[in-house]
Amino acid sequence: MNWYAIKAIYLSELHRSWRTPLQSIASPVLSTSLYFIVFGSAIGSAITDISGVSYGAFIIPGLIMLMVLTESTSNASFGIYMPKWSGAIYEVLSAPVSAFEIVIGYVGAAATKSLILAGLILLTARLFVDYSILHPFWMLLFLMLTCITFSLLGFILGLLADGFEKLQVIPLMVVTPLAFLGGTFYSISMLPDFWQKVTLFNPVVYLVSGFRWSFYGTADVSVTASLVMISVFLLSFLLFIAWIFKTGYKVKV
Amino acid sequence: MDENVIDVRKLSKVYSSGFQALNQVDLQIKRGEIFALLGPNGAGKTTLISIICGLVNVGQGQVLVGGFDVVKQFRQARKQIGLVPQELSIDIFETVWRTLVFSRGVFGKPPNDDYLETILKSLSLWDKRHSKIQSLSGGMKRRVLIAKALAHEPEVLFLDEPTAGVDVELRRDMWLMVEKLRRTGVTIILTTHYIDEAEELADRIGIINRGEILLVDHKWDLMKKLGRKQLILQLQSPIGHLPDELSEFVLHIGAEGKTLTYDYDDNQPSNHVTEVLAAVHRSGIALSDVQTKQSTLEEIFVSLLEETR
Repeated sequence: MNWYAIKAIYLSELHRSWRTPLQSIASPVLSTSLYFIVFGSAIGSAITDISGVSYGAFIIPGLIMLMVLTESTSNASFGIYMPKWSGAIYEVLSAPVSAFEIVIGYVGAAATKSLILAGLILLTARLFVDYSILHPFWMLLFLMLTCITFSLLGFILGLLADGFEKLQVIPLMVVTPLAFLGGTFYSISMLPDFWQKVTLFNPVVYLVSGFRWSFYGTADVSVTASLVMISVFLLSFLLFIAWIFKTGYKVKV
Repeated sequence: MDENVIDVRKLSKVYSSGFQALNQVDLQIKRGEIFALLGPNGAGKTTLISIICGLVNVGQGQVLVGGFDVVKQFRQARKQIGLVPQELSIDIFETVWRTLVFSRGVFGKPPNDDYLETILKSLSLWDKRHSKIQSLSGGMKRRVLIAKALAHEPEVLFLDEPTAGVDVELRRDMWLMVEKLRRTGVTIILTTHYIDEAEELADRIGIINRGEILLVDHKWDLMKKLGRKQLILQLQSPIGHLPDELSEFVLHIGAEGKTLTYDYDDNQPSNHVTEVLAAVHRSGIALSDVQTKQSTLEEIFVSLLEETR
């Protein structure tokens, strides 16, 4: 393993975020805090408890997931697309690094940023809502797996994109709607039967459900199903990236 | 140690568009030399460099760098290579120092601030180490690219059109830097459109056109073998036509009839220079000056390309 290369890519990517603290850190923390204020404190106080959990506390895992999905995807996609766009990618492609090491560097940095943001949002949420974490280990595991998986998705999008607009299509048109409809703000048991069944086709439901279970011990779908689903995503994205590097598709000619 | 640091064997490359960029290219580059690869636009220079450096997939054939296959042993092969691309492809929001630290790390080398300091000083960039790259001039950015390529102490340095679009002063600086690098034992392969650059710097020259290597030779041998000489006679009075005494020689009357030019091969003992001068004397033409001129590499290059058209 070329550890120096992994470290160089990882630190360079983290540094890129710290160059723009308002955009990278303050903005997602602020926008999630607004959700806490509006939906948690203001509207939430008029909504009854869900499975014995206050509405303000109920939405915390969902909001963290919403932020983690969008930030991981956009951070990782931007991280690899920028050098592709500027041409600076030549250096990584001509370096003695394997595709796996490149992925660890870029995806590791994007996932780390999302983890840090999730931590900041958890701390911020404490200012507005009282909450507890029933299974801290599982919470951390779900969080890490989600950060990594969606950073992998972002990395794929960045590799395939050939314009800034295309870079935003999947995060804005697919990931965000799925996250909103994946039980971020509600339990799927609150939906009519038909829509409950339809919602099960939304992969984000499994992520939010598993993550919420680690907080309050209640879930819309089984924890095993959540773990299997996230593992399937992770493996699929890894295999797709391996294929991209093997064939050079959109990377080399 | 293998004398050939780069060994390209029967390399072919066809892009997905069907364009054949390289066709059965064989090329050996010796350790420590400066090798200039010349060719018109689209000749295959950048494709060849890109394949050696790992930026473009190998089609058919094999490429060895320092004896290591660039596909099967890509780590060992790429460690030895530094590449200065043609375009100013760089993260302009990063500082000079950080971009160098990145370059060294990504090539698998442990940190060495002293070495990076030496590079920056040798390229007159030390004062700019904390500057963001976007604040530097075009010439400075190009120096940063060279510093990045040298950050991991490569044995082979590829310079793809290093002086394209730079001013005369920087071009001269680059040439000095290349000479300096050669003295440290780095093998340098440069592609250039400026033939005088190759003439000034290179030990050996390769000419590529339409994906095929037309020839590879030492610069002076090439100029000697393919070069021509001209005898230029400046006349005191203009002439309208050649006198009978000179009719047996192929002489060209210059503009306004004030010069006579005779092409000859100085490698041939029987090049008739003496006979031409004697015939001029017999004809009564008075000379004001006599010059000889060696054809330049550029003239050789152009004539070679014309022959393959």
